Amino acid sequence: MSFFLETLLGGLMSGMLYSLVALGFVLIYKASGVFNFAQGAMVLFAALSMARFSEWIPQWLGMDNLFMANLLAFAISVVVMFTVAWLVERLVLRHLVNQEGATLLMATLGIAYFLDGVGQTIFGSDIYKIDVGMPKEPVMMLENIFEGGILINKEDFVAAFISALLVVALSIFFQKTATGRALRAVADDHQAAQSIGIPLDRIWVIVWCVAGITALVAGIIWGSKLGAQFSLSTVALRALPVVILGGLTSVPGAIIGGLIIGVGEKISEVYLGPMVGGGIEIWFAYMLALMFLLFRPQGLFGEKIIDRV
Amino acid sequence: MSGRNIGEVILDLNNISLSFGGVKALTDISFNVREHEIRAIIGPNGAGKSSMLNVINGVYRPQHGEIILRGEHFANMNSYKAAKAGLARTFQNIALFKGMSVLDNIMTGRNLKMKANILQQAFWLGPAQREELEHRLKVEEIIDFLEIQHIRKIPVGRLPYGLQKRVDLARALAMEPQILLLDEPMAGMNVEEKQDMCRFILDVNDQFGTTVVLIEHDMGVVMDISDRVVVLDYGKKIGDGTPDEVRANPDVISAYLGASH
Amino acid sequence: MFYRENGQFKTSYQADQQIFPIPQDRWVILGIVAFAFFGIPLLVDEYLFRAILIPFLILSLAALGVNILVGYCGQITLGAGAFMAVGAYAAYNFLIRVSGMPMLGAILLGGITAALVGIVFGIPSLRVRGLYLAVATLAAQFFWDWAFLRVKWFTNDASSGSVSVANLQLFNWSIESPTDKYLFCLGILVVLGLMAKNLVRGSIGRQWMAIRDMDVAATVIGIRPLYAKLSAFAVSSFYVGVAGGLWGFVHLGSWEPAAFSIDRSFQLLFMVIIGGMGSIVGSFFGAAFIVILPIFLNQMLPLVGGLFGLEVSIALVSHVEIMIFGALIIFFLIVEPHGIARLWSTAREKLRLWPFPH
Ligand SMILES: Nc1ncnc2c1ncn2[C@@H]1O[C@H](COP(=O)(O)OP(=O)(O)OP(=O)(O)O)[C@@H](O)[C@H]1O
Ligand SMILES: [Mg+2]
Repeated sequence: MSFFLETLLGGLMSGMLYSLVALGFVLIYKASGVFNFAQGAMVLFAALSMARFSEWIPQWLGMDNLFMANLLAFAISVVVMFTVAWLVERLVLRHLVNQEGATLLMATLGIAYFLDGVGQTIFGSDIYKIDVGMPKEPVMMLENIFEGGILINKEDFVAAFISALLVVALSIFFQKTATGRALRAVADDHQAAQSIGIPLDRIWVIVWCVAGITALVAGIIWGSKLGAQFSLSTVALRALPVVILGGLTSVPGAIIGGLIIGVGEKISEVYLGPMVGGGIEIWFAYMLALMFLLFRPQGLFGEKIIDRV
Repeated sequence: MSGRNIGEVILDLNNISLSFGGVKALTDISFNVREHEIRAIIGPNGAGKSSMLNVINGVYRPQHGEIILRGEHFANMNSYKAAKAGLARTFQNIALFKGMSVLDNIMTGRNLKMKANILQQAFWLGPAQREELEHRLKVEEIIDFLEIQHIRKIPVGRLPYGLQKRVDLARALAMEPQILLLDEPMAGMNVEEKQDMCRFILDVNDQFGTTVVLIEHDMGVVMDISDRVVVLDYGKKIGDGTPDEVRANPDVISAYLGASH
Repeated sequence: MFYRENGQFKTSYQADQQIFPIPQDRWVILGIVAFAFFGIPLLVDEYLFRAILIPFLILSLAALGVNILVGYCGQITLGAGAFMAVGAYAAYNFLIRVSGMPMLGAILLGGITAALVGIVFGIPSLRVRGLYLAVATLAAQFFWDWAFLRVKWFTNDASSGSVSVANLQLFNWSIESPTDKYLFCLGILVVLGLMAKNLVRGSIGRQWMAIRDMDVAATVIGIRPLYAKLSAFAVSSFYVGVAGGLWGFVHLGSWEPAAFSIDRSFQLLFMVIIGGMGSIVGSFFGAAFIVILPIFLNQMLPLVGGLFGLEVSIALVSHVEIMIFGALIIFFLIVEPHGIARLWSTAREKLRLWPFPH
């Protein structure tokens, strides 16, 4: 029982991170109809920027304060991600307005390649450390309920907590602020939003900035766990089934989908994996999403659309 | 209209209701279409006219009602069945295959009649080759009929609007349909283009005996060429009869006056 | 002056329906094929065969397959690499498990297996489009990546899925030297290339394009999406699968699943975008471009770096390479969605009217 609970909790916590990345997908999709394949490349780019600047800044300034270095590196990385967002809008999206979904998808694949290339050219392609003081030691919990308690990684716990916080903050931002309302108006109907004077290009820059921030947070969390390295760019591929489950246009869908996939992956890997030789978590989520698609093409929370002719 | 023999009821729609989420596009609509006639559907914007055509040829599935086509009941019609049963249509917002040439667009209309299998096509064997030629000849007849010889090889995306509408009609005619559904075939055309289009529709009806169901906003045209008219408003049928009857119908008058104010 | 269509009136629809309706085109293509068969083997050295020509031929074949699906039928795929893998490993299994199986037979059966698998993974396309479909094809990619790595039966118990094939033989022709390998691939490419051309100009090709351009209108004229889409998946996967078999058997000789990873899938998609979606020649342009660009950069970048006194490492070259790919994808999608093929046909139209542009 306690082993099952450990697995479940582990799944929920990695699921929270998936939710975060998935949220990046959903935000961009809602506001611009773009399925952003570059989300993973953005995570990598942000993580590399964070890792390298926190390493370079102490050298440049000759100081030795880890906290200050991290803070500065974080600030710079935010600026970097904003710049990326702005450039993407300027150089790419602006020229592809009203193109089909598939074309936009391929364009973001191009952006992903470009960012991967640039990121590694500027920041290098080794494994870099991100040390933001995440607690590393495992803790025992619920010892009085179960025999032996359950073992939890504090780092995962903190990570899940931060992700949850960000997810909540973004939901509030979406629901309550004027910008958030404008974003939702754009998501509902581009043309109508434009006709009441909401500037589309600005909205796009904003959502890409927000997606950049989620990428940065995800990058820092993952980076401090695994190191900032190329494989981070694959987290987007891991988070993709999440949005399929949740529906591309639904924020709660992204969150719940993330949790389902996180748990599904862990449980399948632990209980199903040994039977078939292991390593199945990579495709399991995809198969789950695929089965799901066949029965509910619009996802858990997405709305069904009948083509007009 | 004279000369043609308007026949028995060929298409019968019974108690059709269709809604999208909360929007009731059609509420309990019944009417019929007789063989060889020109049947118009009119009504203000959003009345449910296009939805009606979409129900007839299986693009939308109504929640209630049935379609009887030549005595056969279709509980759930789909586009393929409709095409097989001899229904063809054109679209309000032209739905041509914009990456293909005019000729290829019209050739797709022959698709149901082409039988060569994929291997015969891959090796361009006798049957595939013969078939291609045979259907090309038929398509060329339609091209001549609609007077679009000069644009055969042009990608449809490059054509002006009026010609695109004509190609849309050509593609539908290539199916040699028994019933032709036309969704605002003259919308956005100038007077001359409208006259041409009217002439084509009348010729099709006259020469091939094709039954025509037509949505049109231009009242002059509707009253001129149609045999009977159905009037829809907010998804409900408010009138049905000959042009003269409909014109005199008080509900219709008030719907139109209401809509224009 | 010599290349023009006006003045050559076609006297029948039959003449108009030939595979290459313009006589000059026919001669040029015949010339190129003849040169490829008889001229190139005399002129080219081993390195060029190995590094450029053989990969070019095989990837062209794969790009043709991807183009049928993406360019002609409008169904996006991010899992083409997996179908190469299915083709390669299926061919391998036919070869070692069926005694007396000829090599060409194994490769073709590999293609057929890939076609069947393609149909299965194409089923979601009947329900979903665009982005969602991309996910379905990714599922194929990850599933087969895993299967060939972990399921021992597929690889005859080889560790980490690495297998090898030796002694290629076609009837009595032993395909050993790079020249032989090149000619073998060229033969297959020419045959399958012509078949592809026939398919896309016939009724099945029109069905694919109709589904791509406007699927509702296509069903209304009686095209069944089920048949059109799944046939595109099948034909496409067959081409890609045969290419996979050739890549494994002829180009690599021994290979592991990583040879057909998701990067391969992206690379194939890029070839089609850059070369020209919905264009047979475009597939060749795209493949040529993607094979040659890295080699070109490998030569050029160190030279350019040298001018500025910079040392250019191999890693840097590879980063610059993916950067350039990314930028080019975006460039083509924005500026010329029909790729190099369109640039080429525009140039040709100019040539056709030359020297009197009116
Ligand atoms: N695919 C769809 N999804 C959701 N609502 C739809 C769809 N198709 C039609 N509707 C709704 O059904 C109602 C009827 O629309 P329809 O297009 O049939 O009207 P119409 O009479 O053809 O109008 P118009 O003259 O403007 O063409 C409208 O309220 C429309 O918004
Ligand atoms: Mg309408």
